[in-house]
Amino acid sequence: MADLKIDIGGLLLKNPVMTASGTFGYGPEFDDFINVSDLGGIVVKGTTLEHREGNKYPRMAETPAGMLNSVGLQNKGVDYFAKHIYPAISHYDTHILVNVSGSRVEDYVKVCEVLNELEGIPGIELNISCPNVKEGGMAFGTSCPSAREVTKAVRAVYHKHLMVKLSPNVTSIAEIAKVVEDEGADSLSLINTLLGIAINAETRRPVLSTITGGLSGPAIKPIALRMVWQVANAVKIPIVGMGGIMNATDAIEFILAGASAIQVGTANFLDPTVTIKILRGIEEYLDRHNVATVKELVGAMECC
Amino acid sequence: MKKVTDFHVVEVQHLSHDTFIIVLQGTEPVIAVLPGQFAEVEVPGSPEVFLRRPLSVHGCDPVAGTISFYVKVVGKGTARMSELLPGEKVSVIYPLGNHFTILEEGRVLLVGGGTGVAPMLMLANKLKKAGAEPVMIIGGRSAADIHISDAYHAVAEMHVTTEDGSLGVKGRVTDHPLLKEEFNFNRIYTCGPDPMMKALSAIAREKGVVCEASLENTMACGFGACLCCVVKTTDGHKCVCTEGPVFDTTYLENW
Ligand SMILES: Cc1cc2nc3c(=O)[nH]c(=O)nc-3n(C[C@H](O)[C@H](O)[C@H](O)COP(=O)(O)OP(=O)(O)OC[C@H]3O[C@@H](n4cnc5c(N)ncnc54)[C@H](O)[C@@H]3O)c2cc1C
Ligand SMILES: Cc1cc2nc3c(=O)[nH]c(=O)nc-3n(C[C@H](O)[C@H](O)[C@H](O)COP(=O)(O)O)c2cc1C
Ligand code: FES
Repeated sequence: MADLKIDIGGLLLKNPVMTASGTFGYGPEFDDFINVSDLGGIVVKGTTLEHREGNKYPRMAETPAGMLNSVGLQNKGVDYFAKHIYPAISHYDTHILVNVSGSRVEDYVKVCEVLNELEGIPGIELNISCPNVKEGGMAFGTSCPSAREVTKAVRAVYHKHLMVKLSPNVTSIAEIAKVVEDEGADSLSLINTLLGIAINAETRRPVLSTITGGLSGPAIKPIALRMVWQVANAVKIPIVGMGGIMNATDAIEFILAGASAIQVGTANFLDPTVTIKILRGIEEYLDRHNVATVKELVGAMECC
Repeated sequence: MKKVTDFHVVEVQHLSHDTFIIVLQGTEPVIAVLPGQFAEVEVPGSPEVFLRRPLSVHGCDPVAGTISFYVKVVGKGTARMSELLPGEKVSVIYPLGNHFTILEEGRVLLVGGGTGVAPMLMLANKLKKAGAEPVMIIGGRSAADIHISDAYHAVAEMHVTTEDGSLGVKGRVTDHPLLKEEFNFNRIYTCGPDPMMKALSAIAREKGVVCEASLENTMACGFGACLCCVVKTTDGHKCVCTEGPVFDTTYLENW
């Protein structure tokens, strides 16, 4: 049987299937459906310094082959996470990464200082790409100087695995990726959601309370694949790919484009057992194609 | 324990041009569902429908292995569901959410408007079994919206209101004498349009009784993973899919 283990910049995953932040709760939401410990890793909901109520209802709109959300980083803050949520999930036998968000560099730094102390958290996913907060978040991920500033500041205080999550809402994602690599990121994850709008023609009103929201699901897969491929050609650090992965074939496509591991997001809503199906499907693909390790497949798209 | 499992369509019973009951047969033992709980139902064979659709469980019979939903066609997903044929496979995630509290004595009022009728028969059954005395008002625009079978009369004292007066008391449910001078209940249970439930909540407050309302919301998952389905409560944003759909209305902000 194929070897599914994969090293993503010092973090050894037992398999390449992770879950995407904001789509998997903290893990227990899925305990009835799957054995969370079977996964390569989970990334929990975006965590900020202070408690955030998130945006007003309505926060979700179904769109062709996808959905828009404007949840707006609703969470109880990093101290609550450390005190109440972390103890309830640290038993999982998988890597738990915390998605860190903020609107000021100092806030990112303070959150990371708290997370440094949590033994069972081997790394963070630095979210410089959330489109659903008024100030900050994506602003950091859409220009090279601000992406550099926040990555540098966090790297200075955070000593474990630093994965930086990139925004697709940019002209050149490869340039941002290079800056973040320069500042010491251990890995990159991409893509976050694409900015979009849904309009109700009958009422002439936007569907979301925030007017714009983040698009996810199969609708964004071709863009995500293109970006993973561009970034893979621009940096040396490992990439975790996501965006519209619904099944094992989609996951294999991301790996071929250059991703060492993948995250499953919106697909969890349609089928809460999908991650395990993807895991089994990757295994089956490797065996069927006589590939001994996942690693051999990373970036193995043959272009001519 | 929640699960995601396949069912097969037994039948679609059309109650009117836009309302139907769909009965599904489980491929695995069916879990007992409590009144007010819901399911996330796949809409098969419809590429334009991306997400599952949340539906209150209308009936659930673990012995027969069936579950049913009371649905109104409002868009593409519910339209496709109304056309499903016996034998077609439908994936369902259930049971989801909390449920109405079952009182064990006293007269209780159940008010259903529109598809808010969906959980009411099961609720009345449970209340009656527990020892309470259920009284139900079903409201609609006209007689064509009211679909109550003998099963309802067997468990509850039944009343109807229609806005055009074609059946029962003319007006809205809140115009019914039972909600005015004849009010004599320990609790109100309701499911239906927000304005109706808000009006009932106001009456309950005035009378000093608890009002439990089953809310709708835009849901992507139905089991607490996405945080898309919030309602504002006195304790901040809460997910309707996990902390609801049934809420004591005093807990809701601006109700
Ligand atoms: C917990 C819960 C229980 C529900 N129980 C029932 C039930 O027992 N029977 C029933 O018929 N319906 C029920 N609904 C509503 C049902 O989910 C929607 O009517 C359905 O999702 C519409 O799908 P569609 O594809 O037909 O409509 P779409 O094509 O998606 O939309 C058509 C129109 O319906 C409106 N709409 C879509 N979704 C909702 C929603 N969730 N609430 C209100 N309006 C909506 C849209 O704004 C649009 O104007 C419930 C909803 C929730 C959240
Ligand atoms: C409801 C919802 C909430 C999300 N919340 C976050 C978040 O808090 N932080 C973050 O970095 N990404 C968040 N995302 C983005 C996902 O992690 C992922 O990058 C994106 O959805 C693309 O993958 P998908 O198409 O598989 O869903 C969210 C996505 C959705 C749909
Ligand atoms: S619908 Fe996803 S959390 Fe409620």
